[in-house]
Amino acid sequence: MTAPVSAKPREGADYGKAGKDAILAGIIAFGIFGPLVGLKTEQNMSNELIVVNDMVSALIIVAIVMAGRFLLSAFVFPYMSQRGKKPTAANALGTEKPDRSKLYARLGLVLIFFYPIIVVSLVGFQGSLKWVDNFGIQILIYVMLGWGLNIVVGLAGLLDLGYVAFYAVGAYSYALLAINFDLSFWVLLPVAGLLAAFWGVILGFPVLRLRGDYLAIVTLAFGEIIRLVLINFRELTNGSAGISSIPKVTLFGIPFDASPDGFAKMFDLPLSSAYYKIFLYYLILLLALLTAYVTIRLRRMPIGRAWEALREDEVACRSLGINTTNTKLTAFAIGAMFAGFAGSFFAARQGFVSPESFVFMESAVIVAIVVLGGMGSMIGVAVAAAAMIGGTELLRELTFLKAVFGPEFNPDQYRMLLFGLAMVGIMIWRPRGFVSSREPTAYLFERKSVSGSLVKEGHG
Amino acid sequence: MTTERWDTDPVLTVEHVTMRFGGLVAVNDLSFKAGRGDITALIGPNGAGKTTVFNCITGFYKPTMGLLDLAHRDGKRFMLERMPDFKISGKAKVARTFQNIRLFSGMTLLENLLVAQHNALMLASGMTIGGILGIGGYKAKEKEAMERAKYWLDKIRLTARADDPAGDLPYGAQRRLEIARAMCTGPELLCLDEPAAGLNPRESAELNELLLGIRESEKTSLLLIEHDMSVVMEISDHVVVLEYGIKISDGTPAFVQNDPRVIAAYLGVDDEEVETVEKQLDVLTGEAG
Repeated sequence: MTAPVSAKPREGADYGKAGKDAILAGIIAFGIFGPLVGLKTEQNMSNELIVVNDMVSALIIVAIVMAGRFLLSAFVFPYMSQRGKKPTAANALGTEKPDRSKLYARLGLVLIFFYPIIVVSLVGFQGSLKWVDNFGIQILIYVMLGWGLNIVVGLAGLLDLGYVAFYAVGAYSYALLAINFDLSFWVLLPVAGLLAAFWGVILGFPVLRLRGDYLAIVTLAFGEIIRLVLINFRELTNGSAGISSIPKVTLFGIPFDASPDGFAKMFDLPLSSAYYKIFLYYLILLLALLTAYVTIRLRRMPIGRAWEALREDEVACRSLGINTTNTKLTAFAIGAMFAGFAGSFFAARQGFVSPESFVFMESAVIVAIVVLGGMGSMIGVAVAAAAMIGGTELLRELTFLKAVFGPEFNPDQYRMLLFGLAMVGIMIWRPRGFVSSREPTAYLFERKSVSGSLVKEGHG
Repeated sequence: MTTERWDTDPVLTVEHVTMRFGGLVAVNDLSFKAGRGDITALIGPNGAGKTTVFNCITGFYKPTMGLLDLAHRDGKRFMLERMPDFKISGKAKVARTFQNIRLFSGMTLLENLLVAQHNALMLASGMTIGGILGIGGYKAKEKEAMERAKYWLDKIRLTARADDPAGDLPYGAQRRLEIARAMCTGPELLCLDEPAAGLNPRESAELNELLLGIRESEKTSLLLIEHDMSVVMEISDHVVVLEYGIKISDGTPAFVQNDPRVIAAYLGVDDEEVETVEKQLDVLTGEAG
């Protein structure tokens, strides 16, 4: 393999090598897992130790290892080495071609738009419930939260570990106002956003002097304070029991229920909750796209550039006459506003809110999505949200693993382990996230992406 | 002393400015004037307090004592010691560069120059709301800002690299870009903290040309800290020398060059001269205290 040959014959030669690799890996795997998994010792009725032969499990593991090794040697390694060679030249100049990612984004958008239709046509209305609700809506909520937090963390460079607090403010605003004042979702959606933004400003004021780690700690504390207030302010929030029977969203006054003027009766359709779920799917898609649109527009406004400049160098910003206090506050407020929108949607969708939904873990997941996706990148954040939330949901689907590892095996419990592994993997291979390059907001001659190595993360 | 040009129409008047950090007196009772349209150089050995003076003028520090008075061409006056830093650059129109370059390295050259015009653009975009909705004259104003950025890119000869990230530029070009960025704020007084540091002789000569050009075409007054004596002596009209936070000399470059106290501060003195110099310094500190 010394002489540089064209790509095709080398790929052909690689299959043989990959096969050998796979066999070698299989032998090693059998050496390890054969005795470890294949031979089990158990006590029988008369308390004697006996050896139980469980070679099937061992062989399944060996087969997985071999298949994995084969795929790695045949496809992944050659691809990585080729890719590793090409972009270095471009990277040295700090530029990458953005064309491909734009195409992917368009394709992804089309796919997301037709997703419920595809699902319904594949598995029927009743079967689509799970796929639209657990996957579609759940992922899109986190995409929206990720994009909202992206304004604060990715653009302005302020590490906010208490983002879920604004999500909670949005959810409780909708829940309480809808129940107590009988207002519709469409009125309360902006109200929830404004209230969350207001709390964003309230949080922003005291923490503006803080930077970096200190800011992260205070925002974390703020998230906890909101949750504790929700638990202990029983008169208003009903404590940890939460608020239930929150009104559903209506389609311009048409409710999705069995009543005579409900959606199903009105259009003469069979009664099914799938319509409501699909409606919710498009609603959250609309909200997420609104977040994206506003963020993209804001980035090209002076305020967006000031956010990014703030992330790059706060002192230089001040020397250019930028009021950094106001700039940080707007970032906090606008980020919080989108969390408020998402929160009110969440409350309407669940029909029930309790402080349990707004624990620190949620903030951590959202921050992880932004970091994994690549700070500042919309597409990266969307992909990361799909991978992390979709991945979690997929784990629940892996019931066939019970056949392999026994009935007590619950793949859902390995969620955190896989999270951790994904994080470590990303940090090794793509330390700046899936999409590390930055798109400039203005150009004279041509738009060239800025390499992630030059973009700063911000220090609060 | 005779009345010099900077005494009659100063853009910046520094009066009795003292800056203490705990027990350390970084600047002690400093008074000087910077003339309008002049290039005023602030020189002195390392640790003399030059950058501290800059930080006081640009609001990054609040002086412990003293007055800083800035007068615009149209007669507007600003008391800089009472203003927060972003207002000094935004309202009083004092721009500055930094000793260790502070560019927005992940943003392109053009973006760097657009950020510098933030306040004007923010106003034009109706605090963002008008800009998002597409009402008001934001589009036209943005175009204007781009033209201004282009003008400055031409001046620093970096137009071809307008769309490259600032962090990719070589050192000398980064220095020039930082000056262009400061000039995009349309300053009355431009403060340059060691603009020639780390430049080779050719780049340094180019810098001189750029600074003289700025004074000529923009009518901006310049205040600069510099170690490179060729820059100081060639382009400045007025030199203020600091040592240990105290002004030891103030005058034209020719006057300062021959001032025995300056020579003593920079080159040291012979043993027999120590006494006379110490006497002079005593007189000086006596005056200050």
